[in-house]
Amino acid sequence: LPPAVPGWRVGGPRGTGTWNELSHVDCLRCSRLCFVFIFSSWDETHFGKMGSYYINRTFFFDVHPPLGKMLIGLAGYLSGYDGTFPFQKPGDRYEQHNYMGMRGFCAFLGSCLVPFAYLTVLELSKSLPAALLTACILIFDTGCITLSQYILLDPILMFFLMGAVLSMVKCNACADRPFSASWWFWLSLTGVNLAGAMGVKFVGLFVVLLVGLNTIYDLWDLLGNLSLSLVMFGKHLLARVLCLILLPLALYTAVFAVHFTVLNKSGPGDGFFSSAFQSQLIGNNLHNVSIPEHLAYGSVITMKNLRMAGGYLHSHWHLYPEGVGARQQQVTAYLHKDLNNLWIIKKPDSDADPSSPVEFVRHGDIIRLEHKETSRNLHSHQHEAPLTRKHFQVTGYGINGTGDSNDFWRIEVVGRKPGKLIKVLRSQVRLTHVATGCILGSSGKTLPKWGWEQVEVTCTPYLKDTPNSLWNFEDHINPKLPNISLDVLKPSFAEILLESHMVMIRGNSGLKPKDNEVTSKPWHWPINYQGLRFSGVNETDYRVYLLGNPVVWWLNLFTIGLYLLTAISTAVALKRGVQLSSELKELSRVVLRGGGQIALGWLLHYLPFFMMGRVLYFHHYFPAMLFSSMLTGITWDTLLKFFAGFLSPSTAARRVYGGGILALVLLIMYSFYLFHPLSYGMIGPMASDPSSPMAGLRWMDSWEF
Amino acid sequence: CGDREVRRCSTDSLLFGQTFDGMLGFLKNPVVVTAEINVNLVALTVMGLISRLWGLSYPRAVVFDEVYYGQFVSLYMKRIFFVDDSGPPFGHMLLALGGYLGGFDGNFLWNRIGAEYSMNVPVWSLRLLPALAGALCIPLAYQILVELQFSHCAALGGALLILLENSLITQSRFMLLESILIFFILLAVLSYLKFYNLQRHRVKYMGLFTYMLLLAIAGLHFWHMLGNQNLSNVSLLCHFLARGLALIIIPVAMYLSFFYVHLTLLYRSGPHDQIMTSAFQASLEGGLARITQGQPLEVAYGSQITLRNVLGKPMQCWLHSHTNTYPIRYENGRGSSHQQQVTCYPFKDVNNWWIVKDPGMQQLVVSNPPRPVRHGHIVQLVHGITTRYLNTHDVAAPLSPHSQEVSCYIDYNVSMPAQNLWRVEIVNRETDTDVWKTILSEVRFVHVNTSAVLKLSGASLPEWGYRQLEVVGEKLSKGYHQSMVWNVEEHRYGKSQEQKEREVELHSPTQMDISKNLSFMAKFTELQWKILTLKNEDTEHKYSSSALDWITMDTNIAYWLHPTSGAQIHLLGNVLTWASANVAAVIYVCLSLWYLVRRRRKIYDIPEDAWQLWVSAGEICVGGWAVNYLPFFLMEKTLFLYHYLPALTFQILLIPIVLQHLSDYLCRSLLSKTMFRALIVAWFSSVYLVYCTFSPVTYGEPSLSVAELKDLRWKDSWNILIRKQ
Repeated sequence: LPPAVPGWRVGGPRGTGTWNELSHVDCLRCSRLCFVFIFSSWDETHFGKMGSYYINRTFFFDVHPPLGKMLIGLAGYLSGYDGTFPFQKPGDRYEQHNYMGMRGFCAFLGSCLVPFAYLTVLELSKSLPAALLTACILIFDTGCITLSQYILLDPILMFFLMGAVLSMVKCNACADRPFSASWWFWLSLTGVNLAGAMGVKFVGLFVVLLVGLNTIYDLWDLLGNLSLSLVMFGKHLLARVLCLILLPLALYTAVFAVHFTVLNKSGPGDGFFSSAFQSQLIGNNLHNVSIPEHLAYGSVITMKNLRMAGGYLHSHWHLYPEGVGARQQQVTAYLHKDLNNLWIIKKPDSDADPSSPVEFVRHGDIIRLEHKETSRNLHSHQHEAPLTRKHFQVTGYGINGTGDSNDFWRIEVVGRKPGKLIKVLRSQVRLTHVATGCILGSSGKTLPKWGWEQVEVTCTPYLKDTPNSLWNFEDHINPKLPNISLDVLKPSFAEILLESHMVMIRGNSGLKPKDNEVTSKPWHWPINYQGLRFSGVNETDYRVYLLGNPVVWWLNLFTIGLYLLTAISTAVALKRGVQLSSELKELSRVVLRGGGQIALGWLLHYLPFFMMGRVLYFHHYFPAMLFSSMLTGITWDTLLKFFAGFLSPSTAARRVYGGGILALVLLIMYSFYLFHPLSYGMIGPMASDPSSPMAGLRWMDSWEF
Repeated sequence: CGDREVRRCSTDSLLFGQTFDGMLGFLKNPVVVTAEINVNLVALTVMGLISRLWGLSYPRAVVFDEVYYGQFVSLYMKRIFFVDDSGPPFGHMLLALGGYLGGFDGNFLWNRIGAEYSMNVPVWSLRLLPALAGALCIPLAYQILVELQFSHCAALGGALLILLENSLITQSRFMLLESILIFFILLAVLSYLKFYNLQRHRVKYMGLFTYMLLLAIAGLHFWHMLGNQNLSNVSLLCHFLARGLALIIIPVAMYLSFFYVHLTLLYRSGPHDQIMTSAFQASLEGGLARITQGQPLEVAYGSQITLRNVLGKPMQCWLHSHTNTYPIRYENGRGSSHQQQVTCYPFKDVNNWWIVKDPGMQQLVVSNPPRPVRHGHIVQLVHGITTRYLNTHDVAAPLSPHSQEVSCYIDYNVSMPAQNLWRVEIVNRETDTDVWKTILSEVRFVHVNTSAVLKLSGASLPEWGYRQLEVVGEKLSKGYHQSMVWNVEEHRYGKSQEQKEREVELHSPTQMDISKNLSFMAKFTELQWKILTLKNEDTEHKYSSSALDWITMDTNIAYWLHPTSGAQIHLLGNVLTWASANVAAVIYVCLSLWYLVRRRRKIYDIPEDAWQLWVSAGEICVGGWAVNYLPFFLMEKTLFLYHYLPALTFQILLIPIVLQHLSDYLCRSLLSKTMFRALIVAWFSSVYLVYCTFSPVTYGEPSLSVAELKDLRWKDSWNILIRKQ
């Protein structure tokens, strides 16, 4: 077999020249922002608004963990943004607001991806051209540029993600001198980056998985090394537990601690959280609350379900649709504060005489709950509940408070003796339906459109004390009773942490595509099938369109197939015991070990999306695209080396190899020249119009720029 | 030949080996047929048959999902086409075969669980095949364990556990598919183990996961073979091709053949027609074919057509308009154009007819010769009854404000000009000059002025729109989506009175029978796609459960309740077996990890061949359990306890494996071995006791009193039906 191309291994100072080149291009990316681009675009309204919330210290709710938005807020704060821009809809003008800090921060992190990928590939392949090719792909990909120019979470996520991969690879490279300073540095840096990635979006979990698999592989290797004593192995294990599990967990928790410390004012996200949590927020009606303490007949109250992210007991004029139990008024659980959450506690038989003295509700009493707005009673009967068919339906029934015996509920406090009074906020209450013996609860399932996508409320015949079937009283209005200032039980930090995670997970799974909505499918992504409109719709608008550089993306896609072929044939050749020269052995190691790690990263960041039920967007593919680009660099470099090796004189080999890499780089640069208006903005007629400068570039009908 | 060994069957199999000693030989010596019969196997089979077949036609009433599968059997008997998303049609066909053999005419109304069967329903033969499959699972389990190189004693134990598993008995005794599925899964595993020509059958899509497992195991074995330097490249290639043939080509061919038989048998139109495309419907006898037969193929200027939306969701519907207009103001205060409504209407109606008009000409009839409409042509669509033009403009649609309103244009003289030009784009064209064809062409209508695409939004309009479906002009995301694609369903060439005499001539030239044009592969792809994407609406069932409930059997299913007495049938497993299977799985995993880590440190606790046995048994049993169970966590469909039964079967097979391993390698002294055996005997008797305890609700006989029923409710979450006195 021919020798591989000599003289391309990197030794000594690693590509100092390249650093200059890279930093130059980074400048290019940053300087682009200063080009006056004064509109807010697409998701900027979302994350920019949340940055403002941090500056204003207003509590909000989002489905992602807080680190990314916190950093955006910090960048805005440091650059003098005052948090007053409303971020109402895409396309609003920023006017005098100072948004450059936030955009610049995101763009800086996005630029870091290039050197990170460069160093990673360099470390894995020990080949400067491979690293340069990868860097070139990322520099000249229109998608990566567009995505890092705006106030979005993705550049931050990808920064931490690539940081984690880089430090993991660097740490592997230090494997020959474990417990040295650099080994510890890279190991702990991996942990820090993992915490960062997880702290920005839950997608960070995939890189945690990648690092985890790599670590297991590593440890398995060490375990098989019999010259290593078990004590030493234990040390290795401990070091990894410390740096890759405990350190990230501590940092991740710290992020949340900062989040809850900074956001101490009541805001739009209150209703998603429990009463105890809300009492912490300045401005919330439960903060330093002053309400009557004990529940009495005639009191107007709201009831909150005790499950994580449980809603308020709610009813409205709408009826259950035909075919869903009895056609009576809907009763649901609703996460927002609303007048329809108000209920009046009454005695079962009669309305209380307004002049009679106050009578308190006691544990074990039979009561009737009347909805304040519609004057219907909380009612249940032996019809199937709309979604949880094993439970009974709960409805609003009766006219002006006159119903039937199915409106009676026994009120009980958990862990209390009969006859005791019931306390607002603190008592955990169970409502038992007198006629059927079932318990009022919230199943946590979202009702379809007819139920306004609120949460189902049922009466469960299984007598279990789960938070689903426990409630507490939150608001309490009774003019006859004196208001008392209450110190609600302060929730511990662990409880807050758990609760916020439950709320986030529930929020994420709630993002379902609607019927007949055209959504992006995972198989669209690698073929660059359809982009995302970032700003501007009409011909007169300044339009930015998120779409990968098609040449780069199709090269990446093709290379994945090429890599699979290469890897399989290499593995089979090795398994068949083919004798390889030392250069080829090195190449096969790069393909199987280095390329394998990257290919695994691509799989882990792509395949899970096929199983996700939530709404998906094109930009979800970008983390996988980073891995795919690195794989392209490694594969082409290896293949060119291999084929150039067949040419006997080393100059010809070098020429073929160098020419191949150069051709790829030039191809990518030229395609970037063609497609750069996608990310730097276009104005004028759409590409479907022959008079547009982009007319010839609409290679696929599905592109809409 | 007398003292010669004739042929050695594997010692345990029920095969009859026989040979004839050549043509000349039999003249000298008598013909000898030697048979080896494994009494264990015969006994197991007999016991299995008794347990599954005993009193099979009791109860003579519809039990649980029989109400579901029964419909399909009836449809098979009547040769009516249907689509069922629960799996490929092989299982249904087997059930129908039972009905066919029993002479069932398909006349029974499958509408209610518990309904008495009428006399024409051959209950016994309908339930026979699942019961036989269930019974044969027992000898199969025995064989698998023996093939895995475990002792006959362990194999016997495993088979007995399957025999005494109440849930498997219940599931086998009715017209349900699970027992057939389990039978074929076990058969496939056994076949692979025996290294026979492997055949994969698929009853439900869960079979697919076992298939994947077998593929993976075969791949692993081949990988090990690759490392064997003694084999030449050519022989390796042959091995590879043989495996490819046996594991991929044959199953695929069989799979296709099931669909072929399915489509051949069911040639009449039926209740599920409307979810299929027009072309498919036209290929069925009756239904659409009756209407479309003989209609002209090529759409021409002047054609009268109905346009069906290709998506078929939320229901099939046709582009429709009627004289009512959009309300001036909607409830939320937004305004409309107040022009004539355009909707999508799910029923055939005279208002679904549209005329294709050339914008340059006034006439609404087809010229002679007809001028066909091609891809890229600009047309106007004229509503037949009201003769108004299909129009869209920059006004927000009633329910989807991001899209444009579509209307039939009324000129109110309010400086809102008509914008009624549409470009026809044939999506499935072969060349750019393709002619627009009835039924076959899928077209998009792109609005010339605004480049909006005519789309079914899927929302249904309020009262003023008679709850019909909203049609909009989509401007933002114009990527391919079926809701934007339409096809011509009914079609005739428009003709005025004086053209009446040319009517016959007009019809004759392009007549064709579309059903002949639709190949089997086209039908198969469409049917397969529909089966995979069809979503059932029912979100939750009274007895549905989550996958997590299954491991601990926190749920049951009431299958049938006697109308008067307390006799009832439940899907309830043998609690002890389930618990033991869980324990066995945990022990297996922990022990394996322990061995693995120790082996990595070069400490070998058990001999190498025992380790190989242990691993291969785990690949099959733990792997089989995992692939048949874990995918349910990713599924969004309604889940029932019976979905767990295939996984459970594999888990039960693990019990004897773990027990034998424990007794062979961990009980070192004679005393501990004896004690272990005693424990096993005691445990086995308790399994039998539990089986007996629950057998009244397994077989539905005898009827139990209220107190006895209450005693059976071992878990609070079980739903045992107790009649109120």
